[in-house]
This record gives sequence, C-alpha cells and structure tokens, in this order.
Amino acid sequence: MAKAVQGEREGFSEKLSKRMEAVQASQAWNSIFRPGSIFRKGYTDSPRNRSYVIMNSVLYHLHPVKVKRHAVKVSYTLCLGGLSFFLFILLTVTGIFLMFFYRPTAAQAWTDIYSLHTSVTFGLLVRNMHRWGAHLMVLSVFLHMARVFYHGAYKPPREFNWVIGVILLTLTLLLSFTGYLLPWDQLALWAVTVGTNMMGYTPVFGDQVRFVLLGGVEIGTDTLLRWYVLHVLMLPFVLVLFLAVHFWRVRKDGGISGPL
Amino acid sequence: MTEIPEHLLKRAQEAKAKAAAKAGPDAAAGADGGGDSGKIPAHLLARSQAARSAAAGGGGEATGSEAAGGGVATAERPGGAVATMPAAGAQAPPLATGPEGHTQRLLTVVKAGSIQDVKARPVDKVHTWPHLLVVEFVAALACTAFLLVFSAFVNAPLLSLANFNLTPNPSKAPWYFLGLQELLTMFHPMVAGVTIPGMGIFALILAPYSDKNPSPRPEDRKFAIMLFTTFLMFWAVLVIIGSFFRGPGFNFTFPWNDGVFFDL
Repeated sequence: MAKAVQGEREGFSEKLSKRMEAVQASQAWNSIFRPGSIFRKGYTDSPRNRSYVIMNSVLYHLHPVKVKRHAVKVSYTLCLGGLSFFLFILLTVTGIFLMFFYRPTAAQAWTDIYSLHTSVTFGLLVRNMHRWGAHLMVLSVFLHMARVFYHGAYKPPREFNWVIGVILLTLTLLLSFTGYLLPWDQLALWAVTVGTNMMGYTPVFGDQVRFVLLGGVEIGTDTLLRWYVLHVLMLPFVLVLFLAVHFWRVRKDGGISGPL
Repeated sequence: MTEIPEHLLKRAQEAKAKAAAKAGPDAAAGADGGGDSGKIPAHLLARSQAARSAAAGGGGEATGSEAAGGGVATAERPGGAVATMPAAGAQAPPLATGPEGHTQRLLTVVKAGSIQDVKARPVDKVHTWPHLLVVEFVAALACTAFLLVFSAFVNAPLLSLANFNLTPNPSKAPWYFLGLQELLTMFHPMVAGVTIPGMGIFALILAPYSDKNPSPRPEDRKFAIMLFTTFLMFWAVLVIIGSFFRGPGFNFTFPWNDGVFFDL
C-alpha cells in the first residue's frame, strides 16, 4: 500500500518535471528569459552562474557583476544611498495608492484625507507609511550626504556626482515640502505660509517667485493643484532623471569610493 | 612531433595546386607587361618610381634619423613594397633593403619608460550576487518592516480643516526648514530665507572643487572634517531649537516646562 502511494508520487513528480522541461523549452519561455538566464537552465551555485544572475537580468543596469569587497560591508555605506532609493520606491507605491482617494481642491482635499482614514481599507496605514517614509527619506538622504563627505568620496573623479547628489537633496526637500500642503489642514496651510513667505523675499523677483509658487497672490485652491502636480508628477520625474545620472556615474567613476 | 592528419595534408596539397594554376597565367602576363602587374594603376607606379629615385638620392638623411632614434623613421619608400610585391618573384633586385642589406623596416623606436603600464592592478572583488544583493534585500526588508510597524502604531497628524482666519500659535514650517525659521528670528527675512540657504547649497556644490587635498583618509583632512561637522551641527542645533524650544509667538521655551509645540 505504502509502496503504491510512493510510486504514484514519483510518477507525479516525474510528470511535473517533464511538464517543467516542456515549458522551459517553449518559445514563449525562451523569449522572456535571455540565453544564460538562470530561469532557462536552473541555478546551481557556481562563479559562472553568480555572474549570470546579474548579466542576464535588468539588474545589470544598476550593478556590475563584481564589486569591491569593502563596498559590500554595511559598516562602510550604512546602506544609506540604497535606502534613500528604496524609500523613494516605497513612497511612489504608497503615493499611487493615495492618489486613488484624493482630489486636489480646497473643498475636497481635507475631506478626502479624512474619509481615507475612516472608510478606506488600510487607508490610514498607507498614509502613515507615506508620511513617515517621507520624513525618513529626508533624513536618509541627509545622512547619506554626511557619510559621503566623511569618506572623502566627493574627491576626483567623483566631484560631479556630488553635485548631482546636492541637486537630489534639494529635490527631496522640495518633494517633501510640496507634499506637506496636500492634506489641507491647519498644519499644512500655515507651514506652507511660513515657507513661501520666506521665498517671497528673494531679491528683485521675490513677488514673482511667490506668485508662481502659489498660483496667485495667496494660498488657495490653485496653489493646491499646482503643488499637487509638482508633487506627484514633475518633481518625481526630474528626480528620476537625476537619479539615473547619479547611479550611472557611480559605476563610471569606478564603483563606490574607498577603502580609506 | 605531432602528426598532421592525412585529410588536412590532402586539402593543403589541393589548395597549393590550385594557387599554382592561378598564378601561372598572371606571371606570364606580368612578364609581358614589363615586370609589373597590370593590376596596379599607372599613376601609382609612377609615384613609386619617383619615390624610389628620391630615396636613392636622400638615403643618407633617412639613415641618419634612424640612428638618432626619432619617432617614425621609415627609410623605405611608401608604396614601394606594394609595387614590387607581385614582381618580387620575377626580379630579385634588393629594392626593399636598408643601409646594410637588411630586409626589414624600422617602423618606430619606443624609448624605454614611455610604455604605459596598462596591466590592471588586481582588486579584491566579490560577486554582486549573492554578496551585495542579499545585503540590499535585507536592508530593504528591514526598512519596510520598521516603517510598517511604526505606521501601525503612530498616526500621521491631520489637524482641523485649513482656516485662513485662524493662525495657529506658533506657526511652524516643516522640521527641515525650522533651521531657516530659527534664523528668521535673528536676521532680515531675505538673509535668513534666501541668502543663507542659497549660500549653503552653493558651498556644498563647490566643496569638491575647493577641497584640493587628494587624500580620503580622515587623519589627513582634519580641517575639512571640522568644517563640515560645524556645518552639520549648525543646522542640527537650529532645527532642534526651532522644533522643541520654540513655543507660542515663536518665543523660547523649555519643552519640559511648557510642553512641545511640534507636529511632524
């Protein structure tokens, strides 16, 4: 009896592996995975396959096949740059979720957030993650900059990548600041009032700068729409462009700096 | 010695025979045409002839530069070798010979030390997979877990609906701008809100171009580290004061006396 069951099982696993082989031999499968991909011929740990994991996947755009040994140490980078990027992805995902429930007008914005809290499944949780993630990203970008400075990683040939990094820091602050207005509560309104009043003191063009930022002479529904578009579309787009250059330069400048 | 397989020998034999059959008529035509192949255009032949005679006249100079070891010293006439190649079998004169009957040409003399050491120095490297990707994955997971748990317990603030007629006291900017708001209590708004932050960003951008010290070692760059730490601490202290030590009217308070006037 037990033997018969075992035999049946073997038959099943054989069938399964045969089916799997058929799938892996099909044109569709082979059109999806590049020659040498581990999904074509399985993965057994070997130096060759370790290289193939990177070379035959989209990761090859981000990472070389091999990196300096010290670059892998968490104590060197503290993962700050990578975490900043990861937080950006997390904020994009949670932000897209929030966009389904939000209308950027003075009449509806606050109510939308309120009903997000009360009547949307996981609405409050996702909003919390978006907000805390945003603060965390400002912090991690800032700490990443400090880490890079203390390692002297801005020195030739990496000067320009440092400049791009400063631009990315500024963009991160702007993204956070534009998002600050969107809940349209007292905190948002008056924090932004304080911030934009300061920008209004730009020499010569102060009033014009303020007018462009607010979409009018004072904060209102036009400001909300303007900052919404900046927050969900324009600034992320620009940030991604600079991010691409930043990552590309990291590799072109010979990987991350060091060891000290 | 290794033996050459029979079929290869056979193939080579055949190829040789074929080449001989092909070269036969060509050689005959060459003999008719005065020793040079008809394939070479007449103007090139004329040029090589002229070059040959010129070289015969100025041969001394050419050898002189060769002896001095100048960059590219070609005592040979350009094109000469090409022109004589087909006829080489027919007429044997030492057309391509150098000063002492050498048949090779000196193309260039490379001085010792001018050759760059292009051999890459070995760098201690590890595979990105699994060594780096695993670290990144774990870091991303930990970050997500932290954010998820924190968000489950701490709610983001949502105060009452925006009201233009009710100014909260104090009104504070987002925390990362509180350093600027703090400066606002000491300077004219243009200085605090535009000039100082602008100069700060400008200074950051200029940092890699103004720091000429090539060493990344902390012990070699005490001044730079001191300067940057001062910069960081300046903002950190201002932000902390602005966040926790400013109460109604943005006046100085102690958080343990009057509570915290701060929303994230």
